[in-house]
Amino acid sequence: MLDRLLKGSPLFYIWLVAIGGLIAIGGVAYIVQLIFGLSVTGLSRDVSWGLYIAQFNFFGGVAASVAVVLIPAFLHNYKPFHKLVTLAIFMGIAAASMAGLFILVDLGQPQRMLNVMLHPSPNSMMFWDNVAIFGYMGLFMFVGWVLLEHERAGMEPPCWMKPVIILAVACTLFFQIVEGLILQGLPGRHYWLSAIVTPRFIASAFSAGPSILLLLCFLLKRLIGFDIGEAATRTMSKIITYAMALNVFFYLMEVFTAFYSGTPGHMHPIAFLFTGHEGQIYWINFWMWGAAALALFSLALLLLPSTRNNMRLLPWILMMLVGSAWIDKSLGMMIGGMTPNVFETITKYTPSLAEILICLGVLGIGITTLTIFWKIVLDVKKQAGEY
Amino acid sequence: MKLSRRKFMKIAGVSAAGLTAAVTGVAPLTGIAAEEVKGPAYQAKGLTAKRWGMAMFVNRLQDPALIKQIAESCHKPHNVPNIPGDQEIKWIWADSYAKSFPDSLAETAKDHNFEDLMSKRFLLLCNHCENPACTKVCPTGATFKREDGIVVMDPHRCMGCRYCMVGCPYGARSFNFHNPSDFLEDVNQRYPRRMRGVVEKCNFCTERLAEGKLPYCVEASDGAIVFGDLGDRDSEISKLLRENYSLLRKPSLGTGPNVYYII
Repeated sequence: MLDRLLKGSPLFYIWLVAIGGLIAIGGVAYIVQLIFGLSVTGLSRDVSWGLYIAQFNFFGGVAASVAVVLIPAFLHNYKPFHKLVTLAIFMGIAAASMAGLFILVDLGQPQRMLNVMLHPSPNSMMFWDNVAIFGYMGLFMFVGWVLLEHERAGMEPPCWMKPVIILAVACTLFFQIVEGLILQGLPGRHYWLSAIVTPRFIASAFSAGPSILLLLCFLLKRLIGFDIGEAATRTMSKIITYAMALNVFFYLMEVFTAFYSGTPGHMHPIAFLFTGHEGQIYWINFWMWGAAALALFSLALLLLPSTRNNMRLLPWILMMLVGSAWIDKSLGMMIGGMTPNVFETITKYTPSLAEILICLGVLGIGITTLTIFWKIVLDVKKQAGEY
Repeated sequence: MKLSRRKFMKIAGVSAAGLTAAVTGVAPLTGIAAEEVKGPAYQAKGLTAKRWGMAMFVNRLQDPALIKQIAESCHKPHNVPNIPGDQEIKWIWADSYAKSFPDSLAETAKDHNFEDLMSKRFLLLCNHCENPACTKVCPTGATFKREDGIVVMDPHRCMGCRYCMVGCPYGARSFNFHNPSDFLEDVNQRYPRRMRGVVEKCNFCTERLAEGKLPYCVEASDGAIVFGDLGDRDSEISKLLRENYSLLRKPSLGTGPNVYYII
């Protein structure tokens, strides 16, 4: 099926070259980081994790959100989602590969990456995360390919696929749970030492991930006329609404626990994220207020059927939602966990140019992966007469 | 055959100890001798304990010159580079009460805090916890707790993910953002340097204990730092802690720090 990549429109190739440029810039930045070490980042002794792990959080969630398509499509046999399955799976693979790469670029000694496998440490959530990423990639490459082959041949998926899909759904949940647990079990980090962190991760993933999928589908409709249909869009936006409502609710629970109890450790990170420290404002404050406003506004518009079902408005609502979820789960989660530091003082963190470029490079790799797989999927769908 | 470096060192150590004993004729190679000896040959005369711990007489550790001397006595022989800025490396350093014991302060009491204590400096280092958060989170086993309670680092296995730094509630760990050799003036050839991209921290001077010597900081402290076996009720440090009031850093977290501050 890879031969389909050789028959694309000029636009397809121009797009690949453009993204290739982004990857090249990120690649150069990564080489600089390899030469000079992580000293080129804005990280420090007190803020040891930053933009890389933050992006890992977010894109791991996007990968896990495939469950939102798989569960209705296969476990409830919800027909309108069948058109979406392979697209969702390959979007998940692209997101999971990005999550893995964000861990890789964060390592001080990346050539020792396989030490995780050579010296397996089941007590470490990072080890389980590695298992989850590789398990996810392997399983979904297999599932995606089999489903695609059957789609091409105009056949229903084989019957043994159902248990494999159930396993795959479990894998997505495992991935997202482990990702939350990486942060949730650390005694000295107030912002993370909360049982709601992992549920928040899942709610955020299940709202932002499908939003990205829907947005990409809107794009496909404009670009090539592939339409997932109104029923699928409506159902998906309903699921997004529920997940986003939970996401906002969970966050408010966190805020209540902190400020009603008045426990300083619980309050400080949230207070820092929104108001800075001792009258001093930090760049993250603007982002957090932006995220809060976008979250509430997009949720309000999603809750109203008239705006949710307005197909001209929906993409804008989803973009706001994705923006707020991205800020909250990546920047907010990471900076909130690291500030105040373990000495209860503030160590400022601002991502360096190298960090940002490397992140854009990884994003480029994700977009390329997505483009290549989706090109194949859409070619197959075209041949099958789906659009 | 699977043979880790540690295992190899153990076997080599035991064999060497046995050989030495046989050659000198002090103790014939009976097997009992080999059983008693753990680790490399020189550990035969090393210091051992059930659970190593440290107690500091805070009042005697206030002279900035003494603090500097203690930090240097550790950093120089351990090849800890002096890097300016917030990407620094430190194994032992001094800080204020507020930063050392942040959970013992109340906003409402800020005008009534005991000034004497607030103005004190506290030497901070790895607490060699009973339940270390850092070893729990390490995905490669590069940091682990020895049988005698000392939490050590294998810088050759560390892949630099810095999860241990995120996990440690005491800020005891440093990451080599830079190449440490670029910041070392004179290198101690008897102790390994680290490479860029790995985490490091205080090791309670395991290399000195193995030679029967006390840690550098203890030696440089002029008696203000006491080092001993917390697992032995009759040890000097245990008695000292029973007789004096001491503080622990963030005891509510349950990590079980083994560094005590006698005030």
